[in-house]
Amino acid sequence: MSTDEKVLNADDETFVPEVVAFCCRHCAYSAADLAGGGRMSYSPSIKIVELPCTGRANSLEILHALEKGADGVAVAGCLPGTCHYIRGNTQAKHRVTHVKELLKTIGLEEERTRMINISAAMGAQFVAEFTDFVETVKALGPSPLSGETGNTRTGS
Amino acid sequence: MIVAEQKPLNEIKSMLKGYNKVLAVGCGTCVAVCFAGGKQEVGLLSASLRMSTDLDGEAVNVDEAIVQRQCEKEYNAPLEAELEQYDAILSLGCGVGVQSLAQQFPGKRILPALNTKFMGYPAEHGVWEDRCQGCGNCVLHLTGGVCPVSRCPKSLFNGPCGGSQDGICEVNQEAECAWHVICENQLKLGLFDEMMEVQPAKDWSSARDGGHRRIVREDVRIPDEEKA
Repeated sequence: MSTDEKVLNADDETFVPEVVAFCCRHCAYSAADLAGGGRMSYSPSIKIVELPCTGRANSLEILHALEKGADGVAVAGCLPGTCHYIRGNTQAKHRVTHVKELLKTIGLEEERTRMINISAAMGAQFVAEFTDFVETVKALGPSPLSGETGNTRTGS
Repeated sequence: MIVAEQKPLNEIKSMLKGYNKVLAVGCGTCVAVCFAGGKQEVGLLSASLRMSTDLDGEAVNVDEAIVQRQCEKEYNAPLEAELEQYDAILSLGCGVGVQSLAQQFPGKRILPALNTKFMGYPAEHGVWEDRCQGCGNCVLHLTGGVCPVSRCPKSLFNGPCGGSQDGICEVNQEAECAWHVICENQLKLGLFDEMMEVQPAKDWSSARDGGHRRIVREDVRIPDEEKA
């Protein structure tokens, strides 16, 4: 969806945000599968990127997604203490916290990024967690960043 | 290694005022190891600057580069070809790296993105401690391998000041008293008697107090006639 479309939709109060979801294949990605298999519906805003572990999601990738115009970025990993690689989800949480601090200094709402912990068996919770995040991002409105330097979305 | 940390984003933005096209140059040695100026940090700072200046309505175009060792001109030389297109260079090197770029590329605005702090020891992942001030006259053989210059806030040479309590420094409650550790180490080494010898006042002329320092090693110098 182009920037202009998003802004236009926001004016029409039908803003559909673009949310990137970095999902661990051992938990959140499988939970999304389970939700799909169970015919549960969740927001089409969510663009899932499968990772071997959320420990692979570094701060730069989260920031780049927001720089390129994503309205929100979630990192979804295993429940605390259950990471297949011992502490990948803990590291991811620290990184999301770090990015939130960066966003504050940059001038973008820190709520545009979130760490979510979920297990592979939690299809319904996947839907609930991401619905809540998408609603939060919707309330914030379209990201003022167009994804192209020097091309701020004016009036949004 | 040399330990540094990034300046606040707003301070860097102030330095960049008036420049439209900037090259952020990191260093792949000390500041990469302490997560201040390596490839990842260049990426994070550059993205932060692009986003923040974009939001301010005064977008600055920030490109990224990294050299293996910014303090040596041979590593920086490949940058020269592309510098013409940039209004300013934002160095994520230590103070030596910034000055190397400034000396190598006179006439080009070189700005420091980091504050260089000390020569430090990585106490744990994400924690660095001052271990050496480069005083130019090492006394670690007399002090149980603990530097009283960098680790004692008063740089004392003849025992603790008397203000420490339970092995904790009176100046910094998060730091061990350096002299407490020195005494313990000397005891373990069976060298405590050496502590009875009074050390004379330190000659600080070998440190920065003696003026700008320089080392010349004729044995490794390349003779003028052989230089390219």
